Amino acid sequence: MEAYTPYLWDLGRIAFMFAICLGLAGPLTWAERRQSAMIQDRIGPNRAALTLFGREIRAFGLFHPIADVIKLITKEDTINIHADRFLYNVAPFIALFPALMTFAVVPFGPDITVGGEVHRLQVARMDAGILVVFAISSIAVFGVTLAGYASASKFALLGGLRASAQMISYEVTMGLSVLGLVLIFGTLEPSAMVVAQGELIGGWLPRWGVFVQPLSFIIFFTAAIAENKRIPFDMAEGESEIVGYFVEYSGMKFGMFFMAEYIEITVVAGLLTTLFFGGWQVPYLMDGVEFVNAAGTTIVGTGFHFPWGGQLYTGEWVGAGLRVGAFLFKLIFLCWLQLMLRWTLPRFRYDQVMTLGWRRLLPLSLANLVLTAAVVLLI
Amino acid sequence: MPLSDLVFYLFAAMVVVGAAGAAISQNLVYAAFLLLAALFGVAAIFAWLSADYVAITQTIVYVGGILVLFLFAVMLTNRITDARHSNPAVGKRPAALVSLGLFGVLAYVSIETPWKHFDVPAGGETTHLLGQALLSTYVLPFEVLSVLLLAALVGAVVMSRKETPKP
Repeated sequence: MEAYTPYLWDLGRIAFMFAICLGLAGPLTWAERRQSAMIQDRIGPNRAALTLFGREIRAFGLFHPIADVIKLITKEDTINIHADRFLYNVAPFIALFPALMTFAVVPFGPDITVGGEVHRLQVARMDAGILVVFAISSIAVFGVTLAGYASASKFALLGGLRASAQMISYEVTMGLSVLGLVLIFGTLEPSAMVVAQGELIGGWLPRWGVFVQPLSFIIFFTAAIAENKRIPFDMAEGESEIVGYFVEYSGMKFGMFFMAEYIEITVVAGLLTTLFFGGWQVPYLMDGVEFVNAAGTTIVGTGFHFPWGGQLYTGEWVGAGLRVGAFLFKLIFLCWLQLMLRWTLPRFRYDQVMTLGWRRLLPLSLANLVLTAAVVLLI
Repeated sequence: MPLSDLVFYLFAAMVVVGAAGAAISQNLVYAAFLLLAALFGVAAIFAWLSADYVAITQTIVYVGGILVLFLFAVMLTNRITDARHSNPAVGKRPAALVSLGLFGVLAYVSIETPWKHFDVPAGGETTHLLGQALLSTYVLPFEVLSVLLLAALVGAVVMSRKETPKP
Protein backbone atom coordinates (compact mmCIF):
# COMPACT_ATOMS: atom_id res chain seq x y z
CA MET A 1 0.00 0.00 0.00
CA GLU A 2 2.80 2.38 0.94
CA ALA A 3 4.39 2.06 -2.50
CA TYR A 4 1.20 3.13 -4.20
CA THR A 5 0.69 6.31 -2.17
CA PRO A 6 2.40 8.67 -4.69
CA TYR A 7 0.22 7.24 -7.45
CA LEU A 8 -2.86 7.71 -5.32
CA TRP A 9 -1.91 11.36 -4.84
CA ASP A 10 -1.43 11.71 -8.61
CA LEU A 11 -4.80 10.08 -9.27
CA GLY A 12 -6.41 12.35 -6.71
CA ARG A 13 -4.99 15.46 -8.33
CA ILE A 14 -6.11 14.35 -11.80
CA ALA A 15 -9.56 13.46 -10.46
CA PHE A 16 -9.86 16.90 -8.88
CA MET A 17 -8.83 18.56 -12.15
CA PHE A 18 -11.44 16.62 -14.12
CA ALA A 19 -14.01 17.28 -11.43
CA ILE A 20 -13.47 21.01 -11.91
CA CYS A 21 -13.32 20.92 -15.73
CA LEU A 22 -16.12 18.47 -16.42
CA GLY A 23 -18.14 19.27 -13.32
CA LEU A 24 -18.40 22.93 -14.23
CA ALA A 25 -19.23 22.32 -17.91
CA GLY A 26 -22.83 21.22 -17.23
CA PRO A 27 -23.73 23.96 -14.75
CA LEU A 28 -22.09 26.51 -17.09
CA THR A 29 -24.43 25.57 -19.95
CA TRP A 30 -27.31 25.97 -17.54
CA ALA A 31 -25.97 29.29 -16.23
CA GLU A 32 -25.46 30.57 -19.74
CA ARG A 33 -29.00 29.76 -20.83
CA ARG A 34 -30.55 31.00 -17.61
CA GLN A 35 -28.52 34.19 -17.61
CA SER A 36 -29.22 34.95 -21.27
CA ALA A 37 -32.91 34.48 -20.53
CA MET A 38 -32.74 36.92 -17.64
CA ILE A 39 -30.81 39.47 -19.72
CA GLN A 40 -33.25 39.18 -22.61
CA ASP A 41 -36.34 39.13 -20.37
CA ARG A 42 -37.31 35.55 -21.20
CA ILE A 43 -38.15 32.70 -18.84
CA GLY A 44 -35.43 30.39 -20.09
CA PRO A 45 -35.04 26.67 -19.49
CA ASN A 46 -37.48 25.44 -16.83
CA ARG A 47 -39.20 22.42 -18.36
CA ALA A 48 -36.97 19.54 -17.33
CA ALA A 49 -38.55 18.20 -14.18
CA LEU A 50 -38.07 15.35 -11.78
CA THR A 51 -41.04 13.78 -10.06
CA LEU A 52 -40.27 12.64 -6.55
CA PHE A 53 -43.03 11.29 -4.25
CA GLY A 54 -45.68 12.79 -6.51
CA ARG A 55 -44.13 16.25 -6.40
CA GLU A 56 -42.69 17.86 -9.48
CA ILE A 57 -39.29 19.40 -8.88
CA ARG A 58 -38.05 21.86 -11.49
CA ALA A 59 -35.17 23.52 -9.60
CA PHE A 60 -34.94 26.51 -11.96
CA GLY A 61 -34.15 24.25 -14.90
CA LEU A 62 -31.10 22.74 -13.24
CA PHE A 63 -32.00 19.33 -14.69
CA HIS A 64 -31.61 20.65 -18.22
CA PRO A 65 -27.91 19.79 -18.58
CA ILE A 66 -28.73 16.17 -17.70
CA ALA A 67 -31.66 16.11 -20.10
CA ASP A 68 -29.43 17.63 -22.79
CA VAL A 69 -26.80 14.95 -22.37
CA ILE A 70 -29.41 12.18 -22.60
CA LYS A 71 -30.80 13.83 -25.71
CA LEU A 72 -27.35 14.16 -27.32
CA ILE A 73 -26.34 10.58 -26.58
CA THR A 74 -29.56 9.05 -27.90
CA LYS A 75 -29.71 11.18 -31.05
CA GLU A 76 -28.98 9.59 -34.40
CA ASP A 77 -25.37 10.01 -35.46
CA THR A 78 -25.54 11.20 -39.05
CA ILE A 79 -22.54 11.25 -41.34
CA ASN A 80 -22.51 13.08 -44.64
CA ILE A 81 -22.20 10.52 -47.46
CA HIS A 82 -19.13 12.27 -48.95
CA ALA A 83 -17.52 12.89 -45.60
CA ASP A 84 -14.10 11.53 -44.76
CA ARG A 85 -15.23 9.05 -42.14
CA PHE A 86 -11.97 8.64 -40.22
CA LEU A 87 -11.10 12.33 -39.90
CA TYR A 88 -14.77 13.16 -39.31
CA ASN A 89 -14.87 10.83 -36.33
CA VAL A 90 -11.50 11.79 -34.92
CA ALA A 91 -11.94 15.59 -35.13
CA PRO A 92 -14.21 16.00 -32.04
CA PHE A 93 -11.66 14.11 -29.96
CA ILE A 94 -8.84 16.38 -31.14
CA ALA A 95 -11.01 19.37 -30.26
CA LEU A 96 -11.80 18.06 -26.77
CA PHE A 97 -8.29 16.86 -25.88
CA PRO A 98 -6.51 20.25 -25.49
CA ALA A 99 -9.42 21.65 -23.50
CA LEU A 100 -9.09 18.82 -21.00
CA MET A 101 -5.29 18.89 -20.87
CA THR A 102 -4.50 22.57 -20.36
CA PHE A 103 -5.83 22.73 -16.83
CA ALA A 104 -3.02 20.38 -15.74
CA VAL A 105 -0.57 23.24 -15.21
CA VAL A 106 -2.99 25.37 -13.17
CA PRO A 107 -2.24 25.13 -9.44
CA PHE A 108 -5.43 24.96 -7.40
CA GLY A 109 -3.88 25.22 -3.96
CA PRO A 110 -0.64 25.71 -2.05
CA ASP A 111 1.79 22.89 -1.33
CA ILE A 112 0.55 20.96 1.69
CA THR A 113 2.49 18.78 4.08
CA VAL A 114 0.88 15.47 4.99
CA GLY A 115 2.81 13.09 7.21
CA GLY A 116 6.11 14.89 6.62
CA GLU A 117 5.77 14.76 2.84
CA VAL A 118 5.15 17.82 0.70
CA HIS A 119 2.38 17.41 -1.84
CA ARG A 120 1.61 19.86 -4.60
CA LEU A 121 -1.97 20.76 -5.45
CA GLN A 122 -1.30 20.94 -9.17
CA VAL A 123 -1.37 18.11 -11.70
CA ALA A 124 1.79 18.90 -13.66
CA ARG A 125 4.59 21.07 -12.36
CA MET A 126 7.02 21.77 -15.17
CA ASP A 127 9.75 24.31 -15.55
CA ALA A 128 8.15 25.67 -18.70
CA GLY A 129 4.55 25.54 -17.47
CA ILE A 130 3.19 28.54 -19.33
CA LEU A 131 4.65 27.27 -22.60
CA VAL A 132 2.76 24.00 -22.09
CA VAL A 133 -0.47 25.99 -22.25
CA PHE A 134 0.45 27.40 -25.64
CA ALA A 135 1.80 24.08 -26.91
CA ILE A 136 -1.38 22.23 -26.04
CA SER A 137 -3.79 24.95 -27.12
CA SER A 138 -2.10 25.05 -30.52
CA ILE A 139 -3.39 21.51 -31.08
CA ALA A 140 -6.98 22.77 -30.77
CA VAL A 141 -6.67 24.31 -34.23
CA PHE A 142 -6.46 20.83 -35.78
CA GLY A 143 -9.81 19.73 -34.37
CA VAL A 144 -11.55 22.71 -35.93
CA THR A 145 -9.73 22.53 -39.27
CA LEU A 146 -10.14 18.78 -39.68
CA ALA A 147 -13.82 18.96 -38.69
CA GLY A 148 -14.38 21.58 -41.38
CA TYR A 149 -12.48 19.60 -43.99
CA ALA A 150 -13.84 16.13 -43.21
CA SER A 151 -17.50 17.21 -43.25
CA ALA A 152 -17.43 17.55 -47.06
CA SER A 153 -19.55 20.68 -46.79
CA LYS A 154 -18.63 24.10 -48.16
CA PHE A 155 -20.08 25.88 -45.14
CA ALA A 156 -18.25 23.68 -42.68
CA LEU A 157 -14.99 24.20 -44.57
CA LEU A 158 -15.46 27.98 -44.57
CA GLY A 159 -16.29 27.91 -40.88
CA GLY A 160 -13.25 25.77 -40.15
CA LEU A 161 -10.95 28.10 -42.06
CA ARG A 162 -12.39 31.18 -40.36
CA ALA A 163 -12.02 29.57 -36.96
CA SER A 164 -8.47 28.39 -37.50
CA ALA A 165 -7.29 31.70 -38.97
CA GLN A 166 -8.73 33.49 -35.96
CA MET A 167 -7.20 31.03 -33.47
CA ILE A 168 -3.74 31.30 -35.04
CA SER A 169 -3.90 35.10 -35.11
CA TYR A 170 -4.80 35.49 -31.48
CA GLU A 171 -2.38 32.84 -30.26
CA VAL A 172 0.51 35.22 -31.06
CA THR A 173 -1.02 38.06 -29.09
CA MET A 174 -1.87 35.76 -26.19
CA GLY A 175 1.72 34.54 -25.92
CA LEU A 176 3.19 38.02 -26.09
CA SER A 177 0.82 39.39 -23.45
CA VAL A 178 1.97 36.81 -20.90
CA LEU A 179 5.66 37.57 -21.43
CA GLY A 180 5.38 40.79 -19.43
CA LEU A 181 4.30 38.76 -16.40
CA VAL A 182 7.14 36.31 -17.00
CA LEU A 183 9.58 39.23 -16.89
CA ILE A 184 8.13 40.60 -13.66
CA PHE A 185 7.87 37.32 -11.76
CA GLY A 186 11.00 35.86 -13.32
CA THR A 187 9.52 32.42 -13.87
CA LEU A 188 7.55 30.42 -16.43
CA GLU A 189 6.14 28.09 -13.79
CA PRO A 190 2.53 28.87 -12.79
CA SER A 191 2.77 27.82 -9.14
CA ALA A 192 5.94 29.90 -8.67
CA MET A 193 4.07 32.82 -10.23
CA VAL A 194 1.24 32.36 -7.75
CA VAL A 195 3.70 32.32 -4.85
CA ALA A 196 5.29 35.52 -6.19
CA GLN A 197 1.85 37.14 -6.30
CA GLY A 198 1.50 36.67 -2.55
CA GLU A 199 3.75 39.65 -1.86
CA LEU A 200 2.39 43.09 -1.15
CA ILE A 201 3.18 46.33 -2.98
CA GLY A 202 3.63 49.24 -0.58
CA GLY A 203 2.46 47.02 2.27
CA TRP A 204 -1.19 46.87 1.25
CA LEU A 205 -1.78 46.11 -2.45
CA PRO A 206 -1.42 42.41 -3.38
CA ARG A 207 1.15 41.98 -6.13
CA TRP A 208 -1.38 40.34 -8.45
CA GLY A 209 -0.82 40.23 -12.18
CA VAL A 210 -3.83 42.43 -12.81
CA PHE A 211 -2.28 45.22 -10.71
CA VAL A 212 1.25 45.03 -12.13
CA GLN A 213 0.18 44.34 -15.73
CA PRO A 214 -3.35 45.74 -16.25
CA LEU A 215 -2.94 46.16 -20.01
CA SER A 216 -1.63 42.65 -20.38
CA PHE A 217 -4.71 41.37 -18.51
CA ILE A 218 -7.07 43.05 -20.97
CA ILE A 219 -5.11 41.80 -23.98
CA PHE A 220 -4.86 38.25 -22.62
CA PHE A 221 -8.55 38.12 -21.73
CA THR A 222 -9.57 39.39 -25.18
CA ALA A 223 -7.25 36.97 -26.96
CA ALA A 224 -8.43 34.08 -24.80
CA ILE A 225 -12.09 34.74 -25.66
CA ALA A 226 -11.11 34.95 -29.33
CA GLU A 227 -9.27 31.63 -28.98
CA ASN A 228 -12.40 30.09 -27.54
CA LYS A 229 -14.45 31.59 -30.43
CA ARG A 230 -17.13 33.14 -28.21
CA ILE A 231 -19.04 36.35 -28.75
CA PRO A 232 -17.81 38.96 -29.68
CA PHE A 233 -15.47 36.73 -31.71
CA ASP A 234 -17.82 33.95 -32.80
CA MET A 235 -17.63 34.36 -36.57
CA ALA A 236 -16.62 30.71 -36.69
CA GLU A 237 -20.01 29.47 -35.52
CA GLY A 238 -22.39 32.41 -34.96
CA GLU A 239 -25.22 30.08 -34.05
CA SER A 240 -28.05 32.35 -35.15
CA GLU A 241 -26.81 33.47 -38.59
CA ILE A 242 -23.65 31.78 -39.80
CA VAL A 243 -23.13 28.02 -39.83
CA GLY A 244 -19.91 26.85 -38.30
CA TYR A 245 -17.35 24.11 -38.75
CA PHE A 246 -19.53 21.60 -36.86
CA VAL A 247 -22.65 22.13 -38.97
CA GLU A 248 -22.63 18.52 -40.23
CA TYR A 249 -22.17 16.99 -36.80
CA SER A 250 -25.02 15.58 -34.77
CA GLY A 251 -25.55 13.83 -31.47
CA MET A 252 -22.70 13.46 -29.04
CA LYS A 253 -20.04 14.37 -31.62
CA PHE A 254 -21.56 17.83 -31.79
CA GLY A 255 -21.85 17.59 -28.01
CA MET A 256 -18.08 17.13 -27.77
CA PHE A 257 -17.40 20.39 -29.62
CA PHE A 258 -19.97 22.03 -27.38
CA MET A 259 -18.37 20.55 -24.26
CA ALA A 260 -14.91 21.65 -25.41
CA GLU A 261 -16.16 25.24 -25.54
CA TYR A 262 -17.52 25.12 -21.98
CA ILE A 263 -14.46 23.34 -20.61
CA GLU A 264 -12.34 26.02 -22.26
CA ILE A 265 -14.32 28.68 -20.38
CA THR A 266 -13.17 27.00 -17.18
CA VAL A 267 -9.62 26.69 -18.49
CA VAL A 268 -9.48 30.36 -19.47
CA ALA A 269 -10.86 31.30 -16.05
CA GLY A 270 -8.23 29.07 -14.42
CA LEU A 271 -5.40 30.65 -16.39
CA LEU A 272 -6.66 34.17 -15.69
CA THR A 273 -6.91 33.35 -12.00
CA THR A 274 -3.40 31.94 -11.92
CA LEU A 275 -1.72 34.64 -13.98
CA PHE A 276 -3.61 37.77 -13.01
CA PHE A 277 -5.64 37.19 -9.85
CA GLY A 278 -3.11 35.57 -7.58
CA GLY A 279 -4.23 31.97 -8.11
CA TRP A 280 -5.01 30.47 -4.71
CA GLN A 281 -3.68 33.50 -2.81
CA VAL A 282 -6.01 35.12 -0.32
CA PRO A 283 -5.07 38.77 0.28
CA TYR A 284 -3.13 39.23 3.55
CA LEU A 285 -3.14 35.49 4.30
CA MET A 286 0.56 34.76 4.72
CA ASP A 287 2.84 31.87 5.64
CA GLY A 288 5.61 31.95 8.20
CA VAL A 289 4.63 35.13 10.01
CA GLU A 290 4.65 35.76 13.74
CA PHE A 291 1.49 35.78 15.80
CA VAL A 292 0.97 36.68 19.43
CA ASN A 293 -1.79 34.56 20.93
CA ALA A 294 -3.97 35.37 23.91
CA ALA A 295 -1.45 33.97 26.39
CA GLY A 296 1.18 36.39 25.08
CA THR A 297 3.42 33.78 23.46
CA THR A 298 4.63 34.19 19.89
CA ILE A 299 3.94 31.48 17.32
CA VAL A 300 5.03 31.30 13.69
CA GLY A 301 2.54 30.03 11.15
CA THR A 302 -0.12 30.76 8.57
CA GLY A 303 -2.66 33.49 9.11
CA PHE A 304 -3.98 36.91 8.24
CA HIS A 305 -1.78 39.94 8.76
CA PHE A 306 -3.87 42.94 7.85
CA PRO A 307 -2.14 46.18 6.79
CA TRP A 308 -4.23 48.09 9.34
CA GLY A 309 -2.68 46.15 12.16
CA GLY A 310 -5.07 43.33 12.93
CA GLN A 311 -4.03 39.71 12.79
CA LEU A 312 -5.74 36.37 12.83
CA TYR A 313 -4.05 33.01 13.17
CA THR A 314 -5.61 30.28 11.06
CA GLY A 315 -3.07 27.48 11.02
CA GLU A 316 -1.94 25.52 8.01
CA TRP A 317 -5.06 23.46 7.37
CA VAL A 318 -7.65 26.22 7.61
CA GLY A 319 -5.31 28.39 5.54
CA ALA A 320 -5.04 25.74 2.82
CA GLY A 321 -8.81 25.28 2.80
CA LEU A 322 -9.35 29.02 2.51
CA ARG A 323 -6.89 29.15 -0.36
CA VAL A 324 -8.47 26.33 -2.37
CA GLY A 325 -11.82 28.01 -1.69
CA ALA A 326 -10.44 31.34 -2.89
CA PHE A 327 -9.18 29.68 -6.08
CA LEU A 328 -12.59 28.14 -6.77
CA PHE A 329 -14.34 31.44 -6.01
CA LYS A 330 -12.12 33.37 -8.43
CA LEU A 331 -12.52 30.61 -11.02
CA ILE A 332 -16.30 30.67 -10.87
CA PHE A 333 -16.38 34.47 -10.84
CA LEU A 334 -14.27 34.63 -14.02
CA CYS A 335 -16.47 31.97 -15.66
CA TRP A 336 -19.48 34.11 -14.83
CA LEU A 337 -17.75 37.19 -16.24
CA GLN A 338 -17.19 35.36 -19.54
CA LEU A 339 -20.86 34.37 -19.72
CA MET A 340 -21.83 37.96 -18.93
CA LEU A 341 -19.59 39.29 -21.72
CA ARG A 342 -21.18 36.96 -24.23
CA TRP A 343 -24.66 38.32 -23.62
CA THR A 344 -23.57 41.94 -23.39
CA LEU A 345 -21.59 42.45 -26.57
CA PRO A 346 -22.58 42.29 -30.25
CA ARG A 347 -20.59 40.26 -32.75
CA PHE A 348 -17.63 41.71 -34.65
CA ARG A 349 -17.39 41.47 -38.39
CA TYR A 350 -14.65 39.16 -39.66
CA ASP A 351 -12.36 41.93 -40.96
CA GLN A 352 -12.82 43.76 -37.66
CA VAL A 353 -11.62 40.68 -35.79
CA MET A 354 -8.51 40.45 -37.92
CA THR A 355 -7.82 44.19 -37.69
CA LEU A 356 -8.24 44.12 -33.93
CA GLY A 357 -5.94 41.13 -33.60
CA TRP A 358 -3.11 42.12 -35.90
CA ARG A 359 -3.19 45.92 -35.99
CA ARG A 360 -4.33 46.81 -32.48
CA LEU A 361 -3.69 44.08 -29.93
CA LEU A 362 -0.42 42.75 -31.35
CA PRO A 363 1.41 46.13 -31.45
CA LEU A 364 -0.13 46.97 -28.08
CA SER A 365 1.18 43.77 -26.50
CA LEU A 366 4.61 44.33 -28.08
CA ALA A 367 4.73 47.88 -26.71
CA ASN A 368 3.62 46.59 -23.31
CA LEU A 369 6.40 43.99 -23.40
CA VAL A 370 9.13 46.49 -24.31
CA LEU A 371 7.92 48.94 -21.67
CA THR A 372 7.78 46.22 -19.02
CA ALA A 373 11.25 45.01 -19.97
CA ALA A 374 12.61 48.56 -19.62
CA VAL A 375 10.94 49.02 -16.22
CA VAL A 376 12.16 45.64 -14.95
CA LEU A 377 15.69 46.43 -16.15
CA LEU A 378 15.78 49.86 -14.51
CA ILE A 379 14.23 48.94 -11.17
CA MET B 1 10.53 -5.25 -19.97
CA PRO B 2 10.41 -2.22 -17.71
CA LEU B 3 7.41 0.06 -18.09
CA SER B 4 9.68 2.91 -19.14
CA ASP B 5 10.96 0.94 -22.16
CA LEU B 6 7.43 0.00 -23.10
CA VAL B 7 6.50 3.69 -23.14
CA PHE B 8 9.49 4.43 -25.35
CA TYR B 9 8.55 1.74 -27.88
CA LEU B 10 4.99 3.05 -27.92
CA PHE B 11 6.18 6.55 -28.81
CA ALA B 12 8.73 5.21 -31.28
CA ALA B 13 6.04 3.17 -33.02
CA MET B 14 3.89 6.30 -33.18
CA VAL B 15 6.72 8.21 -34.86
CA VAL B 16 7.57 5.42 -37.33
CA VAL B 17 3.98 4.68 -38.28
CA GLY B 18 3.16 8.38 -38.57
CA ALA B 19 6.20 9.16 -40.71
CA ALA B 20 5.74 6.13 -42.95
CA GLY B 21 2.08 6.95 -43.36
CA ALA B 22 2.86 10.56 -44.22
CA ALA B 23 5.27 9.39 -46.92
CA ILE B 24 3.07 6.64 -48.36
CA SER B 25 -0.44 8.11 -48.01
CA GLN B 26 -2.13 9.10 -51.26
CA ASN B 27 -4.35 11.70 -49.62
CA LEU B 28 -2.52 14.89 -48.73
CA VAL B 29 -4.76 15.75 -45.77
CA TYR B 30 -4.13 12.27 -44.34
CA ALA B 31 -0.41 12.77 -44.92
CA ALA B 32 -0.56 16.01 -42.92
CA PHE B 33 -2.59 14.31 -40.19
CA LEU B 34 -0.13 11.41 -39.93
CA LEU B 35 2.75 13.87 -39.82
CA LEU B 36 0.99 15.30 -36.76
CA ALA B 37 1.26 11.88 -35.13
CA ALA B 38 4.96 11.64 -36.06
CA LEU B 39 5.86 15.12 -34.78
CA PHE B 40 3.83 14.61 -31.63
CA GLY B 41 5.57 11.30 -31.06
CA VAL B 42 8.96 13.00 -31.34
CA ALA B 43 7.83 15.55 -28.75
CA ALA B 44 6.73 12.65 -26.53
CA ILE B 45 10.18 11.02 -26.85
CA PHE B 46 11.81 14.31 -25.86
CA ALA B 47 9.54 14.46 -22.83
CA TRP B 48 10.40 10.82 -22.07
CA LEU B 49 14.09 11.81 -22.12
CA SER B 50 13.16 14.51 -19.54
CA ALA B 51 14.02 17.27 -22.02
CA ASP B 52 10.70 18.93 -21.29
CA TYR B 53 11.59 22.29 -22.78
CA VAL B 54 12.60 20.75 -26.11
CA ALA B 55 9.41 18.68 -26.11
CA ILE B 56 7.26 21.76 -25.58
CA THR B 57 9.12 23.78 -28.19
CA GLN B 58 8.77 20.89 -30.64
CA THR B 59 5.02 20.97 -30.09
CA ILE B 60 4.70 24.74 -30.36
CA VAL B 61 6.90 25.16 -33.42
CA TYR B 62 6.22 22.04 -35.47
CA VAL B 63 2.72 20.98 -34.44
CA GLY B 64 1.26 24.41 -33.68
CA GLY B 65 3.09 26.37 -36.35
CA ILE B 66 4.43 24.49 -39.33
CA LEU B 67 1.84 21.75 -39.52
CA VAL B 68 -1.04 24.24 -39.29
CA LEU B 69 0.52 26.05 -42.25
CA PHE B 70 0.68 22.71 -44.12
CA LEU B 71 -2.99 22.08 -43.44
CA PHE B 72 -3.89 25.58 -44.58
CA ALA B 73 -1.92 25.20 -47.79
CA VAL B 74 -3.49 21.80 -48.48
CA MET B 75 -7.03 22.96 -47.76
CA LEU B 76 -6.79 26.23 -49.69
CA THR B 77 -5.29 24.65 -52.79
CA ASN B 78 -7.89 24.23 -55.49
CA ARG B 79 -8.98 20.61 -56.18
CA ILE B 80 -6.34 19.17 -53.91
CA THR B 81 -8.35 15.96 -53.50
CA ASP B 82 -7.77 15.15 -57.17
CA ALA B 83 -4.03 15.00 -56.64
CA ARG B 84 -3.40 11.34 -55.89
CA HIS B 85 0.38 11.19 -55.61
CA SER B 86 2.59 13.13 -53.28
CA ASN B 87 5.19 13.32 -56.03
CA PRO B 88 4.40 11.57 -59.33
CA ALA B 89 7.72 12.59 -60.93
CA VAL B 90 9.59 9.63 -59.45
CA GLY B 91 8.32 6.07 -59.47
CA LYS B 92 7.80 4.07 -56.30
CA ARG B 93 10.63 1.58 -56.80
CA PRO B 94 13.54 4.04 -57.15
CA ALA B 95 12.08 5.98 -54.23
CA ALA B 96 11.97 2.85 -52.08
CA LEU B 97 15.54 2.01 -53.09
CA VAL B 98 16.84 5.48 -52.17
CA SER B 99 14.92 5.43 -48.88
CA LEU B 100 16.29 2.01 -47.93
CA GLY B 101 19.84 3.12 -48.79
CA LEU B 102 19.46 6.26 -46.69
CA PHE B 103 18.00 4.21 -43.84
CA GLY B 104 21.01 1.87 -44.00
CA VAL B 105 23.50 4.76 -43.90
CA LEU B 106 21.71 6.49 -41.02
CA ALA B 107 21.33 3.24 -39.06
CA TYR B 108 25.03 2.45 -39.57
CA VAL B 109 26.08 5.93 -38.42
CA SER B 110 23.86 5.89 -35.35
CA ILE B 111 25.07 2.43 -34.30
CA GLU B 112 28.77 3.11 -34.94
CA THR B 113 28.97 6.60 -33.43
CA PRO B 114 30.45 6.64 -29.92
CA TRP B 115 27.61 8.57 -28.26
CA LYS B 116 28.35 10.54 -25.12
CA HIS B 117 26.78 8.90 -22.11
CA PHE B 118 25.69 10.82 -19.08
CA ASP B 119 24.99 9.05 -15.85
CA VAL B 120 23.07 12.00 -14.49
CA PRO B 121 19.66 12.37 -16.10
CA ALA B 122 18.97 15.76 -17.66
CA GLY B 123 15.76 17.07 -16.20
CA GLY B 124 15.42 19.60 -13.46
CA GLU B 125 15.44 23.20 -14.54
CA THR B 126 16.13 22.67 -18.23
CA THR B 127 14.32 25.82 -19.31
CA HIS B 128 16.34 27.97 -16.95
CA LEU B 129 19.67 26.42 -18.01
CA LEU B 130 18.84 26.64 -21.72
CA GLY B 131 17.81 30.27 -21.35
CA GLN B 132 21.03 31.11 -19.52
CA ALA B 133 23.15 29.32 -22.14
CA LEU B 134 21.37 30.92 -25.09
CA LEU B 135 21.67 34.44 -23.75
CA SER B 136 25.23 34.24 -22.41
CA THR B 137 27.57 31.68 -24.00
CA TYR B 138 25.75 31.33 -27.30
CA VAL B 139 24.29 34.80 -27.62
CA LEU B 140 26.05 35.58 -30.94
CA PRO B 141 24.85 32.49 -32.89
CA PHE B 142 21.43 32.97 -31.32
CA GLU B 143 21.18 36.56 -32.53
CA VAL B 144 22.63 35.74 -35.96
CA LEU B 145 19.99 33.04 -36.36
CA SER B 146 17.26 35.47 -35.35
CA VAL B 147 18.44 37.95 -37.98
CA LEU B 148 18.55 35.15 -40.56
CA LEU B 149 14.97 34.16 -39.73
CA LEU B 150 13.86 37.79 -39.91
CA ALA B 151 15.52 38.14 -43.32
CA ALA B 152 13.74 34.99 -44.51
CA LEU B 153 10.44 36.40 -43.22
CA VAL B 154 10.88 39.73 -45.00
CA GLY B 155 12.00 37.91 -48.14
CA ALA B 156 8.90 35.71 -48.09
CA VAL B 157 6.64 38.74 -47.76
CA VAL B 158 8.38 40.55 -50.62
CA MET B 159 8.24 37.50 -52.90
CA SER B 160 4.61 36.62 -52.20
CA ARG B 161 3.33 40.16 -52.67
CA LYS B 162 2.00 41.16 -56.04
CA GLU B 163 3.68 44.04 -57.79
CA THR B 164 1.47 47.09 -57.47
CA PRO B 165 1.96 49.89 -60.01
CA LYS B 166 3.19 53.10 -58.44
CA PRO B 167 0.58 55.85 -58.42
